[in-house]
Amino acid sequence: MFVFTTAVLPLLILVLLVTVGRKFAHVTMPIYALILLGIGHFIGLAVAPPDREMGDVQRIMYAHVPAVWVAMVALTTNFVCSVMYLFKPGWKTDSLAEASAEVGLVFGAVGVLLGAIWGRPTWGVYWTWDPRLTTAAILLVAYMGYMALRRFVEDPEKRAVWSSVVGIIAAVDLPIIWFSVKWWRSLHQVQSTPKTVDPAMQLPLRISAYAFLALAIAFIMYRYRIALAERNAEVALPEALPTDEASAKRTPGVA
Amino acid sequence: MSRPAPIGLLRASMVLLRKDLLIEWRTRARLNALVFFALSTLLLFSFALGPDTKLLERNAGGYLWLAILFASTLSLGESFRIEAENACLDGLRMAPADARAIFLSKAVGNTLLLVLLGSLLIPVMVALYGVKVVLGVEHVLATLVLGCMALAAPGTVYAAIASNARARDVLLPLLLFPLIVPALLAAAKGMTLVLQGDPMNQLKSWYGLLGGFNLIYWGLGFLLFPRVIED
Repeated sequence: MFVFTTAVLPLLILVLLVTVGRKFAHVTMPIYALILLGIGHFIGLAVAPPDREMGDVQRIMYAHVPAVWVAMVALTTNFVCSVMYLFKPGWKTDSLAEASAEVGLVFGAVGVLLGAIWGRPTWGVYWTWDPRLTTAAILLVAYMGYMALRRFVEDPEKRAVWSSVVGIIAAVDLPIIWFSVKWWRSLHQVQSTPKTVDPAMQLPLRISAYAFLALAIAFIMYRYRIALAERNAEVALPEALPTDEASAKRTPGVA
Repeated sequence: MSRPAPIGLLRASMVLLRKDLLIEWRTRARLNALVFFALSTLLLFSFALGPDTKLLERNAGGYLWLAILFASTLSLGESFRIEAENACLDGLRMAPADARAIFLSKAVGNTLLLVLLGSLLIPVMVALYGVKVVLGVEHVLATLVLGCMALAAPGTVYAAIASNARARDVLLPLLLFPLIVPALLAAAKGMTLVLQGDPMNQLKSWYGLLGGFNLIYWGLGFLLFPRVIED
């Protein structure tokens, strides 16, 4: 019963909101996210016990871990959209790829920042060259490159194909970076799974994770609508795009 | 009347590679620029760190690969800039040959150029940084070839993309540098082991990493490149 109410029910509501209540999801999803965020962080800050060694500092976990998880989910969505676009082009896929990459980048940056804040009191430093941190940093830079590419290409079709290619290549690189950095500097760090986390801390972590997921879905939905509207405007008004003559007149090397 | 058989993938790649090398040989502009660029990078490292020969010698493998990496962004960008002249790339696309041949020829051409650059830089490093090659020349060459292949394959795909985008000089490093981290790590570590000796027998695993990286990115580039240059 406990598992049902904390693990299955929030997910069920989430799925219902995006499927059955699709029409109102842009209103209900942020509200749902805020409610879950309130419950999860209330339990995390006030009800759950402090960590035996780290004390109250450990409570940052309820924001740090969900942020990173959600970033992974968003970037995986980006990878799936990139692959799909190459097989079956469509503006919706491209817009979802753009939205998920941007939201994933935001949540990843939040996760890394919170991790650095957490690292200072517990490890004594903001940053260490541990495989996970290094991989996360490279991931952020790689997807910044992806976002830059999207800004630097005017032709919407070329932009979609090229960013799909870059999205696939960047996603394939992540496991290789992970292993190479691990070999380069093997610092042992135990992976946190639900089994290594105390049940009293599992509950706020789980609810916060759903809250962040709902928040990310809400962000992606809004960003997706903007991206799709931009694509439609670009395709409907190609004369609004810079022409070849305009780019020929531009001084070489200057954006 | 028999229809002429379409030219095979490897034949087409060889023809294109020959064309690129011929252009390179007749102008020699790219290799000259690369060599002087990479040499000045090596000099700059020693200026930035002071004349501490011990320090330079210890980090020589890493500096060599940084110099090659910086030079490679010039080389990769240039390899597609020559195709932009007189819309040469459009001509290649219209030729009845496999578009993947363009990828193979460009990637192989860039690898050759970078290996040549690396083998010119190593004697200079021996003189400037006082390094000794402990493990023999064949290991130097193996590391160079594997590392340059790893730079060239994803670099070729990204250079093709960047050459058509705005701000291409910024875009190529922005896309390529994070991607190349595993290959750079493995190549720099491998080169350090080659220069300083390998008592723990680690060289094989770094070669393995480079080999795997090459396999993945030559494969991905081969598959994805036709989509990059289609119009």
